[in-house]
Amino acid sequence: MSSGAANTRADVAHLARLARLALTETELDHFGAQLDGILAAVSRIGDLDTADVPPTSHALDLTNVERDDVVRPGLTQEQALAGAPAAEDGRFRVPRILGEEA
Amino acid sequence: MTAPVTTGSDVTRLTAAETAAAVASGNISAVETTQAHLDRIGAVDERVHAFLHVDTEGALAAAQAVDDRRAAGERLGPLAGVPLAMKDVIATRGLPTTCGSRILEGWIPPYDATVVRRLREAGVVILGKTNMDEFAMGSSTEHSAYGPTHNPWDLDRIPGGSGGGSAAAVAAFEAPIAVGTDTGGSIRQPAAVTGTVGVKPTYGGVSRYGLVALASSLDQAGPCARTVLDAALLHETIAGHDPLDSTSIDAPVPSVVAAARAGDVTGLRIGVVKQFSGEGYQPGVLQRFREAVEVLEGLGASVVEVDCPHFDYALPAYYLILPSECSSNLARFDGMRYGLRVGDDGEHSAEEVMALTRAACFGAEAKRRIMLGAYALSSGYYDAYYGQAQKVRTLIVRDFAAAFEQVDVLVSPTTPTTAFPIGERIDDPLAMYLADLCTIPSNLAGNASMSLPVGLSPDDGLPVGLQVIAPPLADDQLYRVGAALETALRERWGHLLIEEAPAL
Repeated sequence: MSSGAANTRADVAHLARLARLALTETELDHFGAQLDGILAAVSRIGDLDTADVPPTSHALDLTNVERDDVVRPGLTQEQALAGAPAAEDGRFRVPRILGEEA
Repeated sequence: MTAPVTTGSDVTRLTAAETAAAVASGNISAVETTQAHLDRIGAVDERVHAFLHVDTEGALAAAQAVDDRRAAGERLGPLAGVPLAMKDVIATRGLPTTCGSRILEGWIPPYDATVVRRLREAGVVILGKTNMDEFAMGSSTEHSAYGPTHNPWDLDRIPGGSGGGSAAAVAAFEAPIAVGTDTGGSIRQPAAVTGTVGVKPTYGGVSRYGLVALASSLDQAGPCARTVLDAALLHETIAGHDPLDSTSIDAPVPSVVAAARAGDVTGLRIGVVKQFSGEGYQPGVLQRFREAVEVLEGLGASVVEVDCPHFDYALPAYYLILPSECSSNLARFDGMRYGLRVGDDGEHSAEEVMALTRAACFGAEAKRRIMLGAYALSSGYYDAYYGQAQKVRTLIVRDFAAAFEQVDVLVSPTTPTTAFPIGERIDDPLAMYLADLCTIPSNLAGNASMSLPVGLSPDDGLPVGLQVIAPPLADDQLYRVGAALETALRERWGHLLIEEAPAL
């Protein structure tokens, strides 16, 4: 998906995989065309000469913010699990994480 | 000060300041005003759809607690007993918080955001949660998984976004005040198109703890109201340092209420942003904007045009920075610890379940921006896109710094057009993005800005907003300008603009 050029179906499918989105073929076509349009529009920022300009990642000059190392109350196990789609034995239950060949 | 109130329908027309005074003096009870607003919601929200969840029981209990405190002789705060609508992107303990997304349907947070805790402690009555574009991505609320909110001025038009629900609730007299959040204009643009007041405080002015993150370097919560003073009262209640947010500013909150009460612009230097005019701007919007600037000049402010050449690049830079941060922040919605899960059939792997869940539960705009961010951050494209956008962000910060050498505040139209029809831009992302053209620079620089109503556009009879931008930590200047303009326009019209909205 190079800037300004039409991206290939494979490029969009790769992006969707990176983003953990199981998109349909129709969605890949639709979003692919829209992403091309958006990228063509935002590529305009490349017109500016920024060779000597430092990047700004944040509105504030941030420094590390620390607090005293004291124990404070947090969520209980019950509260932490209350919104989970599946829980078992006081833990989050998740699908298998290894592939079949593993 | 407050006229005796005899009927429930009158109570919803009061400002927050008037309501609090009436509750404190015993003229009305907190339960009475809360019930009146719940009744109003019951009467009009089927058509407006500002609320995703109404907490009748909780609101009445909170109101009763305020009445009990007053009966016990306790001195009440400046917003005690005032009903409020809360944007659904802010965590409320025991109340659903969906962020307008299917993926969080039914999620009940186990904790309160700092903003919510402060409001509860101040005796503010939370009526419910308001509709929004999914995870605050959009300018119309059409990207809500639960259906769009309708603009109270014309139900076939959008109320702005992402905080269209909060703005519409206030404009429809369903609540005198509301909390919104603003990442690229999501408080100010809805305020502009609904004829209400909205403020994005200086970044770090209001705690982000419990605000579900979209773009962490840009997100900021702030007040929505029908008057500048009400916005200031809410601003002062929710602002201030919070150890739970590492980007929270550890400095006194600017005296916004005092500034709103003073409302004096004598000698103030006002800069009109040269870049925010011309092609793409509705003539009626520009006309009302220019007239309002003349009013400010008549009140003793000096007005000059200010050149901010890099503002033309703010929109494209934003649409690389925001998706990049968003793709990272929204990675937490993976169907493992909270929210919905799809495809967990014992066969699919965790990774497959994540992809199936996200594909089924995110809407189109969320998917677009997540993929755009993944692209902008990927190796080979990082320097040209995300890296370059960060450098452009520096140039925009510098434009502001140079401007604020010359003037105290900047002004512009809040948004190029009035409210557009529902459906018009829903599948045209670039057209939708233009709604935030004038509001985005403030988020990139982290300064303070406000939108307030300056009349109805002569070409379509819909509200027009004027944006005021002040340097970081000079939030009080917004209220000085806003209150002066509001007072002058109110004298001219004989009422607030919102009084001209249809009865519904």
